[in-house]
Amino acid sequence: MSHAVLDIRDLRCERDDRELFADFDLRLEAAQALQLRGPNGAGKTTLLRCIAGMHPEYEGSIRLLGVPVSGDQLLFVGHRPGISGLLSAADNLRWHLDLAGWRGSGGVVSAALERVGLIGYEEVPCQQLSAGQQRRVALARLALPTAEVPLWLLDEPFTALDDAGLQLVSGLMAQRLAGGGAILFTTHQPAPDLPGLSTRWIGAAS
Amino acid sequence: MRASPGSEASLWVLFRGQLRRDLKLAFGQPSELANPLAFFVVVITLFPLGVSPEPGVLAGMAPGVLWIAALLATLLGLEALFRRDRDDGTLEQMVLRAQPLYLPVVARMLAHWMVTGLPLTLLAPVLGGMLNLAPEARLPLMLGLALGTPVLVLLGGVGAALTVGLRTGGVLLALLVLPLFVPVLILGVSAAELAGSGLDPTGPLLWLAAGTSFAITTVPFAIAAALRIGVETG
Repeated sequence: MSHAVLDIRDLRCERDDRELFADFDLRLEAAQALQLRGPNGAGKTTLLRCIAGMHPEYEGSIRLLGVPVSGDQLLFVGHRPGISGLLSAADNLRWHLDLAGWRGSGGVVSAALERVGLIGYEEVPCQQLSAGQQRRVALARLALPTAEVPLWLLDEPFTALDDAGLQLVSGLMAQRLAGGGAILFTTHQPAPDLPGLSTRWIGAAS
Repeated sequence: MRASPGSEASLWVLFRGQLRRDLKLAFGQPSELANPLAFFVVVITLFPLGVSPEPGVLAGMAPGVLWIAALLATLLGLEALFRRDRDDGTLEQMVLRAQPLYLPVVARMLAHWMVTGLPLTLLAPVLGGMLNLAPEARLPLMLGLALGTPVLVLLGGVGAALTVGLRTGGVLLALLVLPLFVPVLILGVSAAELAGSGLDPTGPLLWLAAGTSFAITTVPFAIAAALRIGVETG
């Protein structure tokens, strides 16, 4: 029997004594993208953190390809970019490769930076880049070979990006979907045009 | 190519990558690098001025003063150890992705020791000259610091990891780790004092070495566990 990429059942989750989810079910198959929508404070980020294993106070089952979630099967891009401002873009990406135990040439780093349009800024400390450029460095992680994992969790990936950046990220997302990955993301902006995209509202509004 | 998870090669990549990153980060902020060392030098300089310039008095207290100043200098850099990583989300990524988390934690502590404990160890005999430290006590003092500062850095790392989620963790951090520093201080000072009075300092140095081996193998697990909690509560 084949398993869904992401299978959440009977999730019950609290944050600061407030119930965010009860009897929450979610199923995400390969090559599917799901956009989470809801008002601020509805629990979109908390849901992503629950799945990534960074919010342990929940009841219910969260399974990735039929087994409990492990950090090397997913890619998480959160509000905090995971990019050190004192290091250059290239150093930051190299560290992300090292973290995943990737052995290979530095060519993939420049390829990823080229993809997000940061050629010429490789060796500039990230804190000297603009907000949008810093966001692009964080999103360049999506273009690294270590991003070829079954599940992407993207929290507000389109924040601070211009139109070209938006196109770029939806392009990377479409590419991952075509490669058989699944994507769960949150955004307040209109959803990009992606194959296999559906929307799920959570929280008070409907 | 992708190394199979858990293979020796990928573990080495993980360790080396973290070490390289942390050393680059440390050398990217020269002022923070110099702070503990400047503190160490200034405190030692104050003693002949404030207590007594008598060579005999200074020689008697030199090992203790050098050790206490080194210990406080180590404490200085600890608060920022994981704070910045937490704020920019790299700590989150490390906890999420690194398998095992033990390795990058060891690399991080090693990098921190290389920029604090190691220069303190090398500076100590020079400053010992200012305090009229007995020449035969110089080597035991350095050995003691070389063995003891890794323990200080590691124990301090536990405190830094436990207080990473707190906005003002500085005082709490000092209260948490200073009592744990006491055995290291006692052993280190007694090694230098024994040598200074012409006795064999091997005993306390061996105890320090045992403590260092124990700390290097076990304490990173505690730091990793504390970091996990810190990320989960963020």
